[in-house]
Amino acid sequence: MRSRLLSGLCLAIFLTFFSSLPAVSEELNQFANLQGEIDIAGGTAHIPVMKDAARKIMTQYPHINITVAGGGSGVGIQKVGEGLVGIGNAGRPVSSKELSQYPQMISFPFAVDGVAPIVNPVNKIDNLSSAQIKDIFSGGISNWKDVGGDDAAIHIYSRDEASGTRSVFWKKCLSRGDIVESANIVPSNGAMKIAVSRDHYALGYMSIGHLDETVKAVVLDNVAPTQENAINGLYPVIRKLFMNTNGAPKPLVNAFINYISGADGAASITSHGYIPLK
Amino acid sequence: MLFQGSAVFSALIVLALFGFLVYFTLPLFSEGQFTELFSWHWRPFHGEFGILPMIVGTVLLAISAMLIAYPVGLGICLFIHGLGPTWLVRPVLFLVYGMTGIPTVIYGFVAVFLLVPLLRTTLAHGTGFSLLAASLTLSILVLPTIVLLINTQLQQIVPRLRLTTEALGISRIHELTRISLPSASYGLLAAAILGFGRAVGDTLIALMVAGNAAQIPGTAFDSIRTLTAHIALVVATDSQSTIYHSLFAAGLILFMTTTTVNLLLHQIRRRSSREGQSA
Repeated sequence: MRSRLLSGLCLAIFLTFFSSLPAVSEELNQFANLQGEIDIAGGTAHIPVMKDAARKIMTQYPHINITVAGGGSGVGIQKVGEGLVGIGNAGRPVSSKELSQYPQMISFPFAVDGVAPIVNPVNKIDNLSSAQIKDIFSGGISNWKDVGGDDAAIHIYSRDEASGTRSVFWKKCLSRGDIVESANIVPSNGAMKIAVSRDHYALGYMSIGHLDETVKAVVLDNVAPTQENAINGLYPVIRKLFMNTNGAPKPLVNAFINYISGADGAASITSHGYIPLK
Repeated sequence: MLFQGSAVFSALIVLALFGFLVYFTLPLFSEGQFTELFSWHWRPFHGEFGILPMIVGTVLLAISAMLIAYPVGLGICLFIHGLGPTWLVRPVLFLVYGMTGIPTVIYGFVAVFLLVPLLRTTLAHGTGFSLLAASLTLSILVLPTIVLLINTQLQQIVPRLRLTTEALGISRIHELTRISLPSASYGLLAAAILGFGRAVGDTLIALMVAGNAAQIPGTAFDSIRTLTAHIALVVATDSQSTIYHSLFAAGLILFMTTTTVNLLLHQIRRRSSREGQSA
């Protein structure tokens, strides 16, 4: 069972690897005279975009080796600060304490991600005001009937304190308000999707990039949480995704950051549900 | 010589681990964050960093999982040693041995997709992610540990006694409950302690199923957070914050718990071997 899963996974990786072979762009030329390694770690939202870029670069230039790992925003900043990796990703700005620990840190924002409140698709609620959401998360409203839904207890799902998604939702949707202690805490966007998609009376929040038909994004103060509304500035609950380096980036790392910020990177960022920064 | 060397080496690693944890926990004591950590509320953004709810959650979860798993494990052992039909003994043992090889994440996934929704719909209280769901799942995880330990002990005792007890006309139930089990006290205690240690140390099931709300549960249907899950959740936070430092306190408590478990086991083993010699 496990080995079959594993071989299936290998096949999938293999296929995606080779299906992207023909797409060689001019932007890759900047890597022509470079070689070496880049280790990348940190924020999990960044991973799909980083992997896309790494695959394209390594396919064209086998002398360049790029590894991509997760760990979370805090881990990314810590690792790059200690010199363990070349690029540390974070879904939030570097904190002042972190900056005093690692004064050389330079941040490169490259994309915008929105965070949407979500409910189960069977929930008849489509629209909530941010005041209502604040009341629900702080424990003032605990039944769906008080916001126009069924007579059922609201099951609140939140994220851990390390989460960049939680951070932006808490700041920009809850206005740094309370989250009840009884709220269930899930450790990732994926776990949030599983939890909310299987609980009819759930209320949670997650990255717009992760939305699909298994959950329903709630219209917030009459603004739908979509990529378009995030781009034109109507939807307020958004955050930047950062790459961080310790000191000025070396030529190879610099080329990688340029590549992510270029047209190829933008296409990849859009395809994964995020919004490229111009 | 080689064995001695490796023994010293592994002992040094454990000591180094302890030293490392103490070193990282020390700032908490000196900067007065100690009292902050040993308080009842985890609200980091209000400056409250209490990990007492996690300690309570860990203890409650481990004890309740053991309360479910231990009687079942004991029952399985008695079933194997004479209460059940002999043709079923091998399949049951095979099943229990097989259970030891199942990765924890499988139990977690099955619980998230089957047990949690079941609890949510049947109980109509809370989300299903709860102390109850976690202790049911965890009890399945620690069951093989309990069965194997008690079974190993009974395998040494039962065959020795059976001929005598049958000659005396003592029934199977009486033989097992009055003679075999009392003489298997080492196995019974070791199973309880090791099972408890396993339950305290498990991370994944608590993280996936218990709900992770840092609160004192009012009922078994409420969400809890364990020390292990807490470490897994906060390890990615800003490494300069008190949130992050609480991780080392949680780690130290867990380390001391497992060390105590091991010392207790060692003590019991020594006592039982001494009694074995005098008998």
